[in-house]
Amino acid sequence: MFDYYLNLALRSLRRNKVLTALMIITLALGIGASITTLTVLRLLSGDPLPQKSAQLFYAQVDPYTRDGYVPGKTKPQRLMAYPDAMNLLHAHQARRQAAMALTDAKIAPLHAGEHPFFSDGVMTTADFFTMFDAPFRYGGGWTADDDESRAQVVVISDFLNDRLFGGASSVGRTIRVNDHDLRIIGVLKPWAPQPRFYAQGLGGRSYGDGDAVFLPLQTARAASMDPQNDDCWAVADTSKLETAPCIWLGFWAELSSDGEVAAYRQFLSNYVQQQIALGRFYRPEVALSDLPQWLRDEKVVPDDVRLQAGLAFGFLLICVVNTVGLLLAKCLRRSQEIGVRRALGATRRAIFAQFMVEAGIVGMAGGLPGLVFAELGLWCIRHQPAEYAGLAHLDVHMFFLTFLVALVASMIAGLLPAWRASLLAPGSQLKAA
Amino acid sequence: MEIRPILASLRKHRIPAILIVLEIALACAVLCNAVFMIGQRVVDIHRTNAIDERGIGVITVDGADPKMASSEIPRNLARLRGIAGVQAVAVTNTVPLSNNNWGWAFGTNPDTRFNDAVNVSAYFLGEGGDKALGLQLLQGRFFSSDEYADSKRGSMPLVDTHVVIVTQSVAERMWPGQPALGKVLYSKPLAYRVVGVVVDVLRPFVNSQRAWHSVFFPLSPDSALSYYVVRSAPQDRDRIVLQAQQALSELDPIAVVKGHSFTDIRDKYFADMSSMAWMLVLVCIVMLAVTAFGIVGLTSFWVQQRRRQIGIRRAVGATRGHIMQYFQTENFLLSSAGIVLGMVLAFAINLYLMHHYEMTRMPWFYPPGGAIALWALGQLAVLGPARRAAAVPPVVATRSV
Repeated sequence: MFDYYLNLALRSLRRNKVLTALMIITLALGIGASITTLTVLRLLSGDPLPQKSAQLFYAQVDPYTRDGYVPGKTKPQRLMAYPDAMNLLHAHQARRQAAMALTDAKIAPLHAGEHPFFSDGVMTTADFFTMFDAPFRYGGGWTADDDESRAQVVVISDFLNDRLFGGASSVGRTIRVNDHDLRIIGVLKPWAPQPRFYAQGLGGRSYGDGDAVFLPLQTARAASMDPQNDDCWAVADTSKLETAPCIWLGFWAELSSDGEVAAYRQFLSNYVQQQIALGRFYRPEVALSDLPQWLRDEKVVPDDVRLQAGLAFGFLLICVVNTVGLLLAKCLRRSQEIGVRRALGATRRAIFAQFMVEAGIVGMAGGLPGLVFAELGLWCIRHQPAEYAGLAHLDVHMFFLTFLVALVASMIAGLLPAWRASLLAPGSQLKAA
Repeated sequence: MEIRPILASLRKHRIPAILIVLEIALACAVLCNAVFMIGQRVVDIHRTNAIDERGIGVITVDGADPKMASSEIPRNLARLRGIAGVQAVAVTNTVPLSNNNWGWAFGTNPDTRFNDAVNVSAYFLGEGGDKALGLQLLQGRFFSSDEYADSKRGSMPLVDTHVVIVTQSVAERMWPGQPALGKVLYSKPLAYRVVGVVVDVLRPFVNSQRAWHSVFFPLSPDSALSYYVVRSAPQDRDRIVLQAQQALSELDPIAVVKGHSFTDIRDKYFADMSSMAWMLVLVCIVMLAVTAFGIVGLTSFWVQQRRRQIGIRRAVGATRGHIMQYFQTENFLLSSAGIVLGMVLAFAINLYLMHHYEMTRMPWFYPPGGAIALWALGQLAVLGPARRAAAVPPVVATRSV
């Protein structure tokens, strides 16, 4: 039966080529726009560490004064002051924990005659690599003892290793960062979580390439490397950020069960109460957000991207309404044919099925140019200045989703015309003819 | 034109009529909001900035030895002055739209509380900064040589001078309706007296409402001053930027030296915004095209279905003009219904966007503007099918189909 409907549908589509082409192109444009924006949206709101994100928590306490504080309404500051980050770090209340800040790292050239250049750097503590599952190609990370002793060591990214050492193991070699010699102890495999979740609030971009160098926090500070973002609540000497009334660190903890999360939240609360008792703190609020929640709170997906997606689906809706109209026009034009089929014994259900098959074919036919439009759209996005531009590629999921969206959109568009067609009475149509 | 027969005929073809109305309504709603968003971005991109944008080149020197700033900066400035065509040179801590923001909050009385203070961006100018940037004085004066020489920073976030120049936006925000000259900006324990007011200069990082909240302090050579602003005639600018970049990287081999014209900095800053605006334009065009084709398709079908009736009308004396008019009026009625629905929908979408995004209320004239556009589009789309209808010969009436 399906074969027969297919045959009828193809015949009918061929009979009126302009109208058919118009339907297919319209649908394809709507699908292309939706898939393009959906791909970008999915990319940007993706999970940076799918295997780990449920166990990673961003901790916040608030060292600001009573000035401007509204109990219950003021959210805790996004960043942490150095003393609090160190206290939490040394308390070891989570499985793993790390404090971090971003910095501009000046890398000296290895050969005379070349120019120094700036790279993205992360100043952090020992657990960073194990906690975030950062994979090593050569060597490994540093230890908590290295943190405390300000060991002159550094971990570099694969792309920096390629650039400086041609991809060979550089473990044991020395590079000059911010005019200080540091020994390379590890080289990462390509690692660039999207979004760059650990950079949220620290002043860096949210997407794009990974960081080039990773240094022990105190080592970097001793080499007078400054965080990209700091906020101070009083006029202070900013060269001594460790003791200044300033916040500039992000703090992450790894917790694997609800029990551990509850216990850690309690620990944070107790810590803050203790600081209030000591007179260091005034605000009692704490926050402990898991990674997906933190990304939502930080509104990491740009508004423009969500607006574009909304717009594209509005556009798809217009295209579907348009297709409904055109399909309806086509099917009413064939009233006589339907009348003949009905008179020869076809049921309403058969007529309905026949027209749904025809709509489905239009949808599948629209899927292919839709895919072309989507690829074209993504190509345009890749050539835009946005920081996520380079990532915009169609993956297998979106490839299949394109055809699914095409099919569903065309079936929805086909419902009304098919229903109308199935209602036609056989007699009147035959008489008119 | 009698519209009753049109209405009667539409009632017989309810579903196609509703579809056209719906399509026009959706197009109207999306069009109004998209055009409004385009307009907002165009306004943002063209914000005024009272510096000599076309004549300025900016060379950044990062990673120099901070301890050498007091000797290196005068040396570098002297070298830059030696380049042919340079009219003025100075160092600053940042420039507008560079994304390198030095933010601070000030109040209008010594005990201003944290949450009452106004956020501004601080520009530290080395001597001659006003000339190099091309600031435009409205009231008061620029800094004196002594004020430049006496102002130090050390490792503090602000300078230890007691004078400041503010933009007119800051003056208006801090002391509405009063003269700003002689007033004092406070941030405990610091205080700065306003000695000059300049035409609005953009901040290094622009957010929607407070784009021009900039203040200027004098500063003697200091490690915070890493932006060399070089002013020249616009036609010399690009050559000078290249020469200046080369000269400074020769003088300071351990530093990372980069040169840009200010127009490049501005373009880069707004690149995201302008690509979004172009995308919206593209969507609008394609959407209007799709809507127009939809109208053409449905009306053509209609005309074909009614060939017989048209023939009868022609046979009983209707002119071609009458037939044309009939379809045009019909389209006008459908468009009007769609537009009324679309305007309501447009405001509803705007309201939703205001709640969920950084979006302001759409001015009243957008929906009527969209309405006119869609009326025109509808009339244009119906022209072809209507002409075909008018070409139906009266003799059709005598044939059975």
